[in-house]
Amino acid sequence: MARVVVDPITRIEGHLRIELEAEGGKITKAWSETTQFRGIEEIVQGRDPRDVWAFVQRICGVCTSVHAIASISAVENAIGSNPPKQAKAIRDLVLTAQEVQDHCIHFYHLHALDWVDVTKALEADPVKTKAFADSIAKTAGVPSWKGNTVERFAEVKATVKSIVDSGQLSIFTGGYWGHPAYKLPAEANLMAVAHYLDALEFQRSMIRIVTVFGGKNPHPNFLVGGMACSIDPNKSETVNQVQIDQIAQWIAEADEFVHRVYLPDALAVVTVYKEYFDIGASVPNFMAVGMSGATYSGDPNTGDKSSPHTAVAPGVIMNMDLANVQPFDPTKIAEGIFSAWYTYSGDAKALHPSVGETTVKYTGPKPPYQWLGDADKYTWSKAPRYDGKPVQVGPLARVLLAYARGHERTKALVDFAMGAIGIKPAQLNSTAGRALARCVEAVTSVEVLGTIFDSFVENLKKGDIDVFDSSKWEPSSWPAQASGFSFVEVARGNLSHWVTIKDGKVDRYQAVVPTTWLAGGRDEEGQQGPYEASLAGDGTHPLADPDRPLEVLRTIHSFDPCMSCAVHVLDPEGQEIQVVVS
Amino acid sequence: MSFELSGWTEPTLEENLIKAGFDRRDFLKYCGELAAVFAVGGAVAGSATPAFAAPVPAEVIADKMGALTKPVVVWLQLQECTGCMESALRSGGTTIEDAVLRLLSVEYNELVMPAAGAAANKALEAANAQPHVLVVNGSIPVNDGGIYCTIGGESAESVLRKSAEKASAVIAVGACAVWGSVQASKPNPTGAVGVDQILTGRPVINVAGCPPIGEVITATIAYLLTHGEAPKLDNQGRPLFAYDQRIHDSCQRRAHFDAGQFVRTFDDDGARNGWCLYEVGCKGPSTFAACPIIKWNKGTSWPVQAGHPCLGCTEKNFFDNFTPFYRTLPNVGGFGVEGTAEAVGWGVVGVAAAGVAIHAGVTAAAHAASRNAAAGNEPLQAFGDSERVWLPNPKKVEASADAEAPAETTTDDSKKAE
Repeated sequence: MARVVVDPITRIEGHLRIELEAEGGKITKAWSETTQFRGIEEIVQGRDPRDVWAFVQRICGVCTSVHAIASISAVENAIGSNPPKQAKAIRDLVLTAQEVQDHCIHFYHLHALDWVDVTKALEADPVKTKAFADSIAKTAGVPSWKGNTVERFAEVKATVKSIVDSGQLSIFTGGYWGHPAYKLPAEANLMAVAHYLDALEFQRSMIRIVTVFGGKNPHPNFLVGGMACSIDPNKSETVNQVQIDQIAQWIAEADEFVHRVYLPDALAVVTVYKEYFDIGASVPNFMAVGMSGATYSGDPNTGDKSSPHTAVAPGVIMNMDLANVQPFDPTKIAEGIFSAWYTYSGDAKALHPSVGETTVKYTGPKPPYQWLGDADKYTWSKAPRYDGKPVQVGPLARVLLAYARGHERTKALVDFAMGAIGIKPAQLNSTAGRALARCVEAVTSVEVLGTIFDSFVENLKKGDIDVFDSSKWEPSSWPAQASGFSFVEVARGNLSHWVTIKDGKVDRYQAVVPTTWLAGGRDEEGQQGPYEASLAGDGTHPLADPDRPLEVLRTIHSFDPCMSCAVHVLDPEGQEIQVVVS
Repeated sequence: MSFELSGWTEPTLEENLIKAGFDRRDFLKYCGELAAVFAVGGAVAGSATPAFAAPVPAEVIADKMGALTKPVVVWLQLQECTGCMESALRSGGTTIEDAVLRLLSVEYNELVMPAAGAAANKALEAANAQPHVLVVNGSIPVNDGGIYCTIGGESAESVLRKSAEKASAVIAVGACAVWGSVQASKPNPTGAVGVDQILTGRPVINVAGCPPIGEVITATIAYLLTHGEAPKLDNQGRPLFAYDQRIHDSCQRRAHFDAGQFVRTFDDDGARNGWCLYEVGCKGPSTFAACPIIKWNKGTSWPVQAGHPCLGCTEKNFFDNFTPFYRTLPNVGGFGVEGTAEAVGWGVVGVAAAGVAIHAGVTAAAHAASRNAAAGNEPLQAFGDSERVWLPNPKKVEASADAEAPAETTTDDSKKAE
């Protein structure tokens, strides 16, 4: 039995450590360990609720915007503010643009190098690479992208060659090049490196949609009660036809990139690595309140919904039973701390986020340390459960929910992909399945981006230019005490923010975040968290060479970890942080 | 006078090493260790030989390594949100691909590097052993023995100190690395501090902002390469090329401030006419940054252009000192200026002065010892417009649906006041 530590897990947001036990090339045990804590919810206590979006937005700079939107939606739910329709449309545009950009960055910059051997691109012939790119576009049923040219591939090959010849590999230093688990043909590697670089330029370009309305990215600005950017079409200092024309252009670019680059590339990769549809199965339970971008201020079953994704209602799939989607009940959410460095008052085992509390009780070793997994507690991430069960959230959960609920476009894309690859729905619960679902979702999201934008412009034509509800801006208009919450389907999964406001100040704040759902550890029942289950659920996950844990990276990256999001704390009583360093 | 960059003043790594006091024997020993470190040892020797190639002799590596010409960069991410790396990815100036593939050899960065775990740690060790430029995102939580952020089982402080040892230049990128930012705001549960509070007694270039503009991040690094020395810094270690102007002085809405035309509530007529956001809490008068000049995301917009007040994210402890964010400047925490927004009038001149004081004095005193980089710099010059700030009583100008009317009122007022 070998013990393996992978720390840092790179190409993620934040700090994640994975500890493993492996035997005979298979993983037998896994511990998912979040190694950063910042205490942001404690910091927002006592602050002006209208400021809090800016604090919690800094939970994460990768999924920037999403915490801000969740925060203003929760505060609006608490104080009874009603943002105008166009303000909600702008938030939908921002959120959806963010998700499309985020998925593309994930596939090319955070996940691709698990499948692509950069050094093998040197063996590729640019002419054959063009032919390869054309062929996978054909398989995906889309025109080959305009950037797929022999000249471009030759140029990228020369770039790779110059890096390798220089002897300075820069970011590629120490990569697992030549690992036997890399198996794309040389041409696919060259094409992928070219698209890796193209995707950098693409994300710079399309994120400008967010900048128009939020002024900057990362960390654009938002506003409780609406948006701060006025949209009068007959004024020069507001968002007007000039920006409308630009946004239309950027959406068209995004649409082209997702359909003609991301979709064929993702399909090709998961087809070549088809065995990964049988690797990395995690817990068979899935939870979502709708499709990507669905935003609810209040209870998703009855609450005010801002999103255009009306097609898919909230739901929960247990034991992969797609035929019996269960209603989503927010009261069934609870966060446990069995494996996390916190303590609950009254020895409660798990708490609903509306009454959530967090008191740090560190019982781990003093750094530097070698191994955490032998102790019951080994992570800063709590372990959320739905009805006592660990669930997967994220693109796969949403795509399965949409598929089970008969959402036509999702069903067409998933059925097409499954047919082309030759897999069954149950196999979507896998490393490759999560990567495929993310791509399917990028397609449906970029298509809905156009729809949101069209309806935004349509309303603008009708003279609908209000973006701010000033009636609840002043704290004097709020009740003395109020609570609110929001649910938002963000890039990495289901996000909820919970706020209690007392005398105009934040009294309690809690965020239940996608990566917490996924990266959390074991509970007292011994149930593993989703990351852990994906690696050590059935003892079949491969690990050929413990010194080069490429297979582990493939599976963990398939969740798109966002660790800074995972760890958050509200300390409503303001207790002293108690530390026990063993 | 800025400090000298000891690491990459010479053309090649070997010459830089010799200048730094290495001898050939040390270098050979180091290259022997490297042979084991690089999984892609073949590539170091100049070919794409797969990882399992026969080991390359240290002498061969030494010759190749000695001739390397791209500065090595270690780019750490400590306690943070990755927003600064994302911002760097969005730089439209020196693009990240140019920086990473053409200008620099970024041998450690967790967000983009393919290697993980032991291979990543080895790459870091190897890079740390050479002269290198150290870029840091994120704060350092020092409470409780560093348990709040560990990488490879080591505390963030330890990771930072090791990487700084042979670094020829240290660049702190982002509000967290400069001052601790959001996690350092009250009550700062983890004891988060900025880089120059750990690396005292040596210069640190502070690229402030939450995050900084992507172009400013990459330009700071490019400046080092182009000029062979650090950019001139202000008294808080911020490069003058991006932080010598107040937002307020370069703001496209400044004329409306001078004319007394203020947004009173979001999306009112003033807002739709692009009036000044001072009354709804803009921190531009006390914030030094190039947002109005460079703008964001390929020059698309910037916060004030998009109708939201500046949060002052390039200033120290803005989450404490500038909150509540929507309160007019003299009333926000950290200023200690008495009086209400309604009684400002000419008093706003005092606000500008307070901003200057904050900038020039308070924080400099707090960190004077660690900001010796700036000791030789000339004082900032861009403050002194307080004598030409003319401000009518804001109460006399009411936004109205008719944009021309208030403009005229203002003109009249201005004549009276003069």
